[in-house]
Amino acid sequence: MMLRWMPRLIIGLLVLPITLGLLLALLPAFGYLPALGGEHVTMQHWQDLARTPGIWRSIRVSYFSGLLTTLLSLAVVLCFLAGFSGSRFDRWIRRLISPLLSLPHAAAAFGLAFLITPSGLIARWISPGLSGWQRPPDLMVGQDGYGLSLMAGLVIKEIPFLLLMALAALPQVNPGPSVMLARSLGYRSRLAWCKVVAPRLYPLLRLPVYAVLAYASSTVDVAMILGPSMPPTLSVQVVAWFNDPDLSMRFLASAGAIAQLLVTLVLLASWWLLEQLVAAIFALWVVRGGRDRGERWIALFGNVGMALAVAAAVLALLALIINSFAGWWRFPAAWPDRMGLENWLRAAPALLGPINTTLLIAGAATVIATLLTLAALEREQRLGGRPAWALWLLYLPLLVPQVAFLSGLTVTSVFFGAGPDCWLVVLGHLLLVLPYVFLTLSEAYRRLDPRWGQLARALGTSQNAVFWRVRMPLLLAPVLTAMALGLAVSISQYLPTQLLGGGRISTVTTEALALAAAGDRRLIAVWALLQAALPLLGFIVATALPRLLWRNRRGMREVH
Amino acid sequence: MNTSCDLQLAAVRLCLDRRVLLEIDATVRAGEVLTIMGPSGSGKSSLLAFIAGFLPPAFTASGQVWLAGHNITALPAEHSRVGLLFQDPLLFPHLSVAGNLRFGLSQRATDADARIDEALQQIGLAGFARRDPATLSGGQKARVALMRLLLSQPRAVLLDEPFSKLDAGLRHDMRELVFGQLRASRLPTLLVTHDEADALDAGGQVIVL
Repeated sequence: MMLRWMPRLIIGLLVLPITLGLLLALLPAFGYLPALGGEHVTMQHWQDLARTPGIWRSIRVSYFSGLLTTLLSLAVVLCFLAGFSGSRFDRWIRRLISPLLSLPHAAAAFGLAFLITPSGLIARWISPGLSGWQRPPDLMVGQDGYGLSLMAGLVIKEIPFLLLMALAALPQVNPGPSVMLARSLGYRSRLAWCKVVAPRLYPLLRLPVYAVLAYASSTVDVAMILGPSMPPTLSVQVVAWFNDPDLSMRFLASAGAIAQLLVTLVLLASWWLLEQLVAAIFALWVVRGGRDRGERWIALFGNVGMALAVAAAVLALLALIINSFAGWWRFPAAWPDRMGLENWLRAAPALLGPINTTLLIAGAATVIATLLTLAALEREQRLGGRPAWALWLLYLPLLVPQVAFLSGLTVTSVFFGAGPDCWLVVLGHLLLVLPYVFLTLSEAYRRLDPRWGQLARALGTSQNAVFWRVRMPLLLAPVLTAMALGLAVSISQYLPTQLLGGGRISTVTTEALALAAAGDRRLIAVWALLQAALPLLGFIVATALPRLLWRNRRGMREVH
Repeated sequence: MNTSCDLQLAAVRLCLDRRVLLEIDATVRAGEVLTIMGPSGSGKSSLLAFIAGFLPPAFTASGQVWLAGHNITALPAEHSRVGLLFQDPLLFPHLSVAGNLRFGLSQRATDADARIDEALQQIGLAGFARRDPATLSGGQKARVALMRLLLSQPRAVLLDEPFSKLDAGLRHDMRELVFGQLRASRLPTLLVTHDEADALDAGGQVIVL
C-alpha cells in the first residue's frame, strides 16, 4: 500500500534537501568546491568574512531584529489575549487578522516604507501644519541603521501570525474555568489570565515563536526594503554575494550563509535561556499572589500595541493603493494632485509573464503539498499513530534560515552542471509550503468526527470510497483554505525563486523587489499590490466555493 | 448449527493496557435484542467497535465474532455487514435526504429511486427526498438514519445509545419503530445503553457489566 510510505516520503522531502543544502553550503564555506576550483580545505573564506567592513554590525542588526521583533510581537499578543473578551474591538481585530496574515511580507514592508519614510504618507499628513516641513526632512527613517524600521515591518506581520496561532491553541488550554476560579479568588481578569493561562499556552506556541525568531533574524525581502543598507543585514549581504557575477564570491557567500545559520542558532539558544529566566521570575511573581498590580499596564500595552500594529498594516496597504494610482504629487500635499490608471497601464505589458510564472510555481507547489498532506493524514486515519517528533521535523524548514540551505542547493546546479530549473524552484517553494499546508489541514482532519467514516464503512463503503465520498466533501472548506494558504506562502517567497532560479525566473515578488533599489514608488506600488492581491484571490475562492456548493446544505456551515 | 442468522460472540475479551475491560460470551438470535448495560468506561462502546471492526489500536482483543455462519472477526468493516446506529443520526450533511438513503444502497442497485421513495413512505416522509437533512426535526432525522441502515441490508445491527438524545416524548415511539423494524427484518441486534427503559422496550436478554 502506497499510503504506508507517505510520512517517510514527506519527512524525506523536507529533511533531505535541507540537510543536503546545509552540507553543500558547508563545503564551499571551507573552500571545497571543485567545480569552481576550490580543491583544498581552507579557513581563508572565514577570514575574508571576518574582515568584511561592517560585517559585525550586520550580524548585530540581524540578531537584535530577530530578538526584539519576537519579544515585542509575543508580548503584545499575550497582553492582548489576556483581555480578549469578545468586545467590539476584539471582534474587529479578529476579523482583520486573517487578511493581514495573507498580506505578503514584502508588500507590507513596501507599504510601511511608503508610510513612514521622510516623504511618506505620515510626513505629508503632518506637514507643513504640525511639522513645518516644506521639504522631506533629512531623517534616516525607513532604512535606519539600527534596524528599527525593519523591526516595525516584521512586527506588523508577526503579530497576526502569533495571534492566529495562539487563538488556535487556546481551546486546548480551556482558559474559561481557570480564569473564573482565579477571579473568584480576587484576581483581576487580565492578571488571572497571565498567571494561570499564559504559562500553559506558551508551550503550545513555542514552535511558532521559534519560527518567528528564525524568520526575523534571517529575512531577506523585508530587510532589502526596510533594513539598513550600509551595511545591510547579514542575510541580504550573503544574497548580494551570491548574486555577484564573479563566481569565486560563492565561497565567501557560503561562509556567510553558514554564519547566518550560526546567528540564528545562537538567537534560538539565547531565547531558550530567556525562557528559563522568565519562567523562574514568573514563578516567583505568581506565588507572590498580587491581585491587581499591573492589570492596567497589561490592558494598555496589549490594546494599544495591537491597535497600532493593525492600524499600521491597514495604513500601509492604503499607502500602496494611493501610490499605485498617484500622478504628480508634490511634497507636503497630503494627497496626490491627480489620481489615475497611468501607473497600472504603464506596468501592464510587463505584468502578465510574471503573474503566469507566479501562479504556475505556486499552483504546482500547493497541489503537490496538498496531495502529500492528504495522503499522510489519510494514512494516519487508517493505520493510526503519529510520531511526536514529526511536528519538529515539519517545522524544520521554518527554523533553518532559508539563505543557509537554499544557498547550498544552488550549489547543486553548479555541481551537476544543470542550469536554473523551474522544478528546482518548485521544490524550494514546496519546502516552505508543505509545513503550512500540513499544519492547517491536519487540525481539521484530526478533528473530523471518526464516526462519519465508521458509519460509511458499516454501510458497505470501502476505505477509498469513504475518502472521496465522505471525508473530501466534509473537509472541502478546510482543504481549500489550506490550499489558499499554500498559494499565499508560495506567492510571497522571494529567496527560493531568486536563488534556485538563478535570477532568471521572475515572479511578481522578485519583480517588486528588483524595483526596490530603483525607487520608483508608483511602479513598486503596482507590483506590491499585485503581490498582495493574488493570495487574496485564493482566499476569496476558498471562502466562496464551499458556500456556493453547499448553499442548500445548512449542516455544512457548522464545523465538524 | 451456525447456518442460521445468529450473531455469536465466542469468548470475546477486550483489554486496554493489559487490564481486562470485559469478557463476554453470548449468542443473539435473529430478530432478538441483547441489551448490554454498564457504567461509562466499562468497555461497552469498545465492544461495539470491536464487532464492527473499528477497535482502536490501543486495545487488544481475543475471541471471535460469528455472523450467519461466517467468522467476521478479521473482516474489514465494509464487508462484515454489521450496521450501526449512533446517539446522533449522523445524516451526511453534504447529501440530500435521498442522497443519504442512496448511500446505504449497494451501488449496483438498479431500482434505487423506487426503493428510496418506498423507504420514505414507510417512515411518513414521502416527498422529503430532495430536502436538506439539516432542515429535518430530530425524530425525522432518526427515522431517515434507521432507513439508511436498513437499505444497506445488514445481517446484524449494533445500537450505541441510539435514543439518548431524543426528546422524552419521542423516545418511546422511536424505540417501537426501531425494534419493530429490526424484528421484522429478523436481524440480531446488540444494544448498548444507560437507560433501563431502553432495555425494557427491547424486551430481550440483558447483560449488566
